[in-house]
Amino acid sequence: MSFKTLMLAASATAMIAAGASAETLRWARAGDALTLDPHAQNEGPTSAMAHQIMETLVMRDHSGALVPSLATEWAPSEENPNVWVFKLREGVTFHDGAEFDSEDVVFSLNRAMTPDSDYKELLASVKEVRAPDKYTVEIETDGPNPIMPNNLTNMFMMDKDWAEANNAVKVQDYEGGEDTFAAKNANGTGPYKLVSREPDVKTVLAANENYWGKDEFPLQVTEIIYTPIQNAATRVAALLSGEVDFIQDVPVQDLARVAGTDGLDVRTAPQNRVIFFGMNMGDADLSSDNVDGKNPLADVRVRQAMSKAINRDAIQQVVMRGQSAPAGMISPPFVNGWDADMDASSSTDIEGAKALMAEAGYPDGFSLTLNCPNDRYINDEAICQAAVGMLAQIGITVNLDAKPKAQHFPLINNLETDFYMLGWGVPTYDSEYIFNFLVHSKGEKYGSWNGTRYSNPELDAKIVALASETDLPARDQQIGDIWQVVQDEQLYIPIHHQVLNWGMKSGVGTIVEPEDSPKIKYFEMN
Amino acid sequence: MFAYIVRRMFQSVIVLLVVGLVAFSMFRFVGDPIDNMLGQERTQADIDRLRTELGLDQPFVLQYAKFLKGAAQGNFGVSYRQGRPVSTILLERAPATLELAFVSGFLAITMGIALGVFTAIRRQGMAANVIMTVSLIGVSLPTFLIGILLIYIFSVELDLLPSFGRGETVMIGKWSTGFLTTSGLKALILPAITLGLYQMTLIMRLVRSEMLEVLRADYVRFARARGLSDRVINFRHALKNTLVPVITITGLQLGSIIAFAIITETVFQWPGVGLLFINAIQFVDIPVMAAYLMLISVMFVTINLVVDLLYYAIDPRLRVDARAT
Repeated sequence: MSFKTLMLAASATAMIAAGASAETLRWARAGDALTLDPHAQNEGPTSAMAHQIMETLVMRDHSGALVPSLATEWAPSEENPNVWVFKLREGVTFHDGAEFDSEDVVFSLNRAMTPDSDYKELLASVKEVRAPDKYTVEIETDGPNPIMPNNLTNMFMMDKDWAEANNAVKVQDYEGGEDTFAAKNANGTGPYKLVSREPDVKTVLAANENYWGKDEFPLQVTEIIYTPIQNAATRVAALLSGEVDFIQDVPVQDLARVAGTDGLDVRTAPQNRVIFFGMNMGDADLSSDNVDGKNPLADVRVRQAMSKAINRDAIQQVVMRGQSAPAGMISPPFVNGWDADMDASSSTDIEGAKALMAEAGYPDGFSLTLNCPNDRYINDEAICQAAVGMLAQIGITVNLDAKPKAQHFPLINNLETDFYMLGWGVPTYDSEYIFNFLVHSKGEKYGSWNGTRYSNPELDAKIVALASETDLPARDQQIGDIWQVVQDEQLYIPIHHQVLNWGMKSGVGTIVEPEDSPKIKYFEMN
Repeated sequence: MFAYIVRRMFQSVIVLLVVGLVAFSMFRFVGDPIDNMLGQERTQADIDRLRTELGLDQPFVLQYAKFLKGAAQGNFGVSYRQGRPVSTILLERAPATLELAFVSGFLAITMGIALGVFTAIRRQGMAANVIMTVSLIGVSLPTFLIGILLIYIFSVELDLLPSFGRGETVMIGKWSTGFLTTSGLKALILPAITLGLYQMTLIMRLVRSEMLEVLRADYVRFARARGLSDRVINFRHALKNTLVPVITITGLQLGSIIAFAIITETVFQWPGVGLLFINAIQFVDIPVMAAYLMLISVMFVTINLVVDLLYYAIDPRLRVDARAT
């Protein structure tokens, strides 16, 4: 065959393949997946990419409910309360044709528990993963773990043989230095196969013809071209000029522009992220205030006064241009333990706040430094600026110190800030996760994000006990009790729940997912 | 001569070492990479473990020494962000930046000289005045604004050119080029103009003022008296003599085009080393930042060294001085 006929044949094949309603989705967001190794990085864009290629045992639908994915059913074992039994989907194959079975699950979960894995904390209670037969997996935990399946929604399954053949048994280690195969290649069971990838430039995925859920999901997009576009203005321009079909992270100030353009839509949904302020209430004296020998934040009345001084509606309307929902508790609404009354509890009351300040012995207020990120949350610095003005109304002079996230977060971790902004998302959709990281006293295992210096051994014990309480109503009761303490103590000052915006061509049909992790298999293209 | 070169090389090495030392002493002010590397679900134990593993708990001088030791063996470490060797990443990214720098440098030189000559000859003309006024915009507007403006006009409103990326690229060996595809060439236009605009106006203004100077010189007047045509006077005699300082400036500017493509690359999502560097700063990817800064300083030091050596070759007075001391 001459070169010419070869080319003709190739293009003819390409045309036939493309003939059956080929739909390409050009997708852009600010950042690229850091790696394709599914266990190396627990980070938004990384797991969003992995969700197209790989799958988990259970996943969340648009409402946040757990639905079957690679596991069809799951329940605690009847003989042993410490064991969860998962029944696997049969007849599923990986992209290279290998069959998916319980061996792969055991391998993948064990891999995710190794020290280099970023997911090991979510599996910290797992003692052993077993495969009694080809399509059954048992996960045994240290004591009963009622919310085990919640921790598996980002736990991707790899093929054991593929990993062994390609020297990818070990999770990619950033310090290790060797260029691992799994960081650049992927073999999953998911709806899309990796075609090509240039980190930070372009990733191309094609529909998996043998996907088990072909009839279950729309799966109308046959090709995905993913390009990270860092600069927000350029990202919006690319959507406006029709160079991409779908963008995440639409800047608040451009929403009206995109929504007002013919042929483009903006879809909005509450995000799984709440924004709040934390305060150093534990130290005897603060370094950043002007009160000597005393810590004004240790007084709950001061903390309540500060919360009352914040006008959340004004922040919503002016700073966020309507794109937020004022919050009264530091939990997103879909999380187990969220309470509508508590979330509506914060109200602005300047007179009441002043009275509380006077009662606490600070009628003339005091001064304090507020540490704030300027590149992490939506309009983070502007929110802090607004708060500065609001707190001035009750006599608290706030010096704002806004920094990039790489400099801001170490302040919280190293307990070098007295007053700081933080945002929190809850991947497990359960309050225990919030308590473990934000409420429990800071220590080796728990409270790693708790910068308040708050320490309540009684409460700590209750938080730790949640992990093994199998009686779900009793557990919910305990969660409610812990929340009550958090609210009464005004441990944090909640500001608002962030709202997610996706911009897309009018023909693209999807529902915005609270995790900000689009699953393209649900997209409909009209 | 030899002693002079050795002395200059020695000085260059010292400059490089100092740049590296200053860079490493600054890195801790950029932030802490640990947070970016570990997910939200990390414990204090993880943080401590990783910090020790990466050697970030050591004083910066020791970190620098470790880096130098690796660099001397051609090993720049592994990127914290991408988990791949820094040298591989830099080599992957270099073609994009070099092609962009080449095209915008070419545009800047040709357009700059042409417009400079034009505005010098037609000094009173309407067109020359308009060009001079517009060139003020090129000098005074920040690069990112020019980039966004160009995107708005040519991509969003006119829908003529792509707003981001490099288009289709072709691999020639290890070099990925955008010169061979239509989309690649189209993608080059806006970033090249954005990056080259400042240099172009600079060269244009330089050529214009040098040219005006030369046109007043006696030999030009004599040439006119001899009855030579304007074209011969302007281009053969005047332009040639204006180019000496222009070439010096252009050589140095070429270095800064490569080094400061950072902003243009960010605006246009151009996958070059500048964008890599910005990402590295945001992530506090110390190995990438260190390698990039060293690379750029090697480039500048080399350019300066070459320029110095050229002066030495051209200017006999330097040689006399060297012998005298």
